[in-house]
Amino acid sequence: MPSIDILPARAASITQAGQPGAAVRCGQTSVAGSVSQRACVFCGARVVLYPIADALHLVHGPIGCAAYTWDIRGAQSSGPQLHRNSFSTDLQELDVIYGGEGKLERALTVLIARHQPKAAFVYSTCIVGVIGDDVGAVCKRVAAATGIPVLSVASEGFKGTKKDGYRAACEAVYTLIGTGDTTGISPLSINLLGDFNIAGETWIVRDYFQRMGVEVVATITGDGRVDDIRRCHGAKLNLVQCAGSMTHLARKLRDEHGIPFLKVSFFGLEDMSAALYDTARHFGDPALMERAKAIVRDEVERVYPELRRYKEQLLGKKAAIYVGGAFKAFSLVRALRTLGMTTAIVGTQTGDKDDYAQLREMCDAGTVIVDDSNPLELAKFCLEKDVDLFIGGVKERPIAYKLGIGFCDHNHERKEALAGYVGMLNFAREVYASCCSPVWQYMPRRAGGAA
Amino acid sequence: MSDAAPASIRTPVAPGADSDEFPGPTTNACKLCTPLGACLAYKGIAGTVPFLHGSQGCATYIRRYLISHFREPLDIAASNFAEHAAVFGGREVLHTGLANVTRQYRPELIGIATTCLSETIGENLPQLLREYREQAPAATDAPALVHVSTPSYRGTHVDGFHATVRALVETLAPAQIAAPKDQNPGPVALFPGFVSAADLRHLRELVAAFGLTATLVPDYSETMDGASWCTYEPIPAGGTPVAALRALGAARAAIECGRILAGEARTAGTHLAQLGVPLHRLGLPIGLRETDRFCYALELAAGLERPASLALARGRLLDAMVDGHKYVFNQRALVFGDEDFVIGLTSFLCEIGMRPVLCASGGRSRRFGAVLRAAVPELPADTIIREGADYADIEAAAMGLQPDLLLGPSKGYALARRLGVPLVRCGFPVHDRLGGHRLLHVGYAGALQLYDTLVNALLERKQASSPVGYSYL
Repeated sequence: MPSIDILPARAASITQAGQPGAAVRCGQTSVAGSVSQRACVFCGARVVLYPIADALHLVHGPIGCAAYTWDIRGAQSSGPQLHRNSFSTDLQELDVIYGGEGKLERALTVLIARHQPKAAFVYSTCIVGVIGDDVGAVCKRVAAATGIPVLSVASEGFKGTKKDGYRAACEAVYTLIGTGDTTGISPLSINLLGDFNIAGETWIVRDYFQRMGVEVVATITGDGRVDDIRRCHGAKLNLVQCAGSMTHLARKLRDEHGIPFLKVSFFGLEDMSAALYDTARHFGDPALMERAKAIVRDEVERVYPELRRYKEQLLGKKAAIYVGGAFKAFSLVRALRTLGMTTAIVGTQTGDKDDYAQLREMCDAGTVIVDDSNPLELAKFCLEKDVDLFIGGVKERPIAYKLGIGFCDHNHERKEALAGYVGMLNFAREVYASCCSPVWQYMPRRAGGAA
Repeated sequence: MSDAAPASIRTPVAPGADSDEFPGPTTNACKLCTPLGACLAYKGIAGTVPFLHGSQGCATYIRRYLISHFREPLDIAASNFAEHAAVFGGREVLHTGLANVTRQYRPELIGIATTCLSETIGENLPQLLREYREQAPAATDAPALVHVSTPSYRGTHVDGFHATVRALVETLAPAQIAAPKDQNPGPVALFPGFVSAADLRHLRELVAAFGLTATLVPDYSETMDGASWCTYEPIPAGGTPVAALRALGAARAAIECGRILAGEARTAGTHLAQLGVPLHRLGLPIGLRETDRFCYALELAAGLERPASLALARGRLLDAMVDGHKYVFNQRALVFGDEDFVIGLTSFLCEIGMRPVLCASGGRSRRFGAVLRAAVPELPADTIIREGADYADIEAAAMGLQPDLLLGPSKGYALARRLGVPLVRCGFPVHDRLGGHRLLHVGYAGALQLYDTLVNALLERKQASSPVGYSYL
């Protein structure tokens, strides 16, 4: 096979740790014809708002965008399951000709009457931005008629990148905030921003904070509820876990409601512990810090013996990481070190210049660092670095498997909890199960090329 | 937009109510968008990269959706529209994108499909591609360019699939070509419809059993179900060779599967018929009778009686139908999925004595009911038939029908769980089990596999719900 060619327009988005050179080119729209692993503005908005379980999520456009996001995520709810449905205005040709406003209004009216949601989000897709429906006006009319908030999410697919979708989602959520009663909220209280309760992760993390004596006012958006979001401005601190998607909301809450925020991560022993300590430190309450230390001690003690067994088997193995946001990448680099593994390739869809500077600093020399990569590049790097494991999402999985490489799903479709201490254990089990499976020895690439 | 939209004869205002013409919102769709079908069809052509002219998200979502079913790498390029392109046109991103795909993948063919965005802003693909060809350096290995119009507001993934097959054949085999005199007449052109990778392999075997070769359009049996690799294959091996597509004008016969498809005025099959190729428009060969019809068409094409191997396969199916007949008799089934798929399944269910109580599809051909009843005359008069249905409609209709079994894609699982009855997964997609793309539905062998699966689902249910729990049934 001819060696895989890097497109000239992509070269500036690739670098290596330990090498001098310009900052990684990032934050741009993808190169045309490069098979980017990113999706679009709509995807960014949908992924952030999806877990709000008692809201109606109506996708305004032809059927595809709604169909492809129907019940695909592991975002769990402790109560209503409305978010697991896929609602679409399902625009047809005549709607496109005559405009979709009438259909949107009727759809909202019918669906709100049928499902009695606490709020409705209306996602604009590409075509809505072109035919010029006044979605905001329709939302206003329906809100007045039904008495629930009906929020327009400006998520036309072509109007930027996935990051702009995050921003649109934050703007929509922000319009809810400040409309609920905040009486009775503890001075030791937080909101969790950017945890999506994949496989119940919000519950795992929430439990640690509650054991510390910290009240969790709202989880945005994991196991999310409209009424919690309405009153989340009563919390005294915001913890931002998925920094890429939720920093915008955290900044707005800081600037307009005076709530400070900390960027944290709940993945890996180190980062989870740091999140608990940082929170205790923020509130300056020694008792809180004592309890945080006790939790960390107990939890680490509980998982460490098993982790150590995996580490013995995984020592020295090499991993590739390709995920959506950089904060998860940082955590994974550290979590892999906990397991005795090294990171040979690390890339993200939406990292910024500071993120890549940090990755360059924290990774071993020679680690490939890449923004907005594509399957050919990822395959090329995997072959060159001869990695044992790939950490990514569904779209990356077959690249790894075809080449005889283990895989760990760390994306939103997964059904395994990977956050918190128990999550680290689950992560280690999955990495161990994949890396140490006997199947690889039979794969043609591993068996010396004999097919 | 479309030349088919008779906008001038309609009142130019949006009507005030949902109607058949202006259907209401969809809850949990039983269909996907047209570009998905286009991408899968292009994946069945050797050396081909599918390319969507539109936003990046379309390509990414479709990749994820198809990968979750096939569990194979699937690269779909896109022109990656940004706001500038949406306002001023996508000429530049299309041309850059095609050049980049050519450079990275060295494809033999780039299969271009539009999206709702590029269609609505009025992109003129023929013109843009002509300009691209004119300005591109005249390389001998420049890929062939085929394009299809697939706005997602018109039709479903199945329509996109068939439109792409038609575009491939019309573009690459525009005229009749004479078969060389010293050779046998050409292969059978086989348009199998939206079926599984295992189905495609079995259809090829069926044709081979008659001593014929087939040109399947498309054939993703290997590109979407291949072996493990020694090194990365930018374009996975397999697929119908472009040269074979170019030679379709010399086909011995054409077989087009799908009774709904057979009602379309212009298809890949009708194009070949115009070139003088004898065309057989059949149903999907699911179950006994539809497979018999398929084999009869092959008998005509080959000028041979059916071979002994097929007679045996048919006999085995009949034998099994007797062995299990009491378990399935009058069992009430809900069938859903693509229109032609549901027609095939329903025909088979009636052959074995089951009672389809609801046949539903997200497709909206406006002839589903009539075609289904014509294909399956014994279908009970009270069987509910729904086209343009979503899973909410199916669930509403299912309440009170007391089904014993559901047959369809895995998206019906939530309903099966609520009803407490088994779901026999078939068709597309199967997102909650391994091997959905290896399910065999067609031919006598496919019917047999379906039969065993559904009988065993019923037996398992009976066994599990029995207070005694016999291990001998």
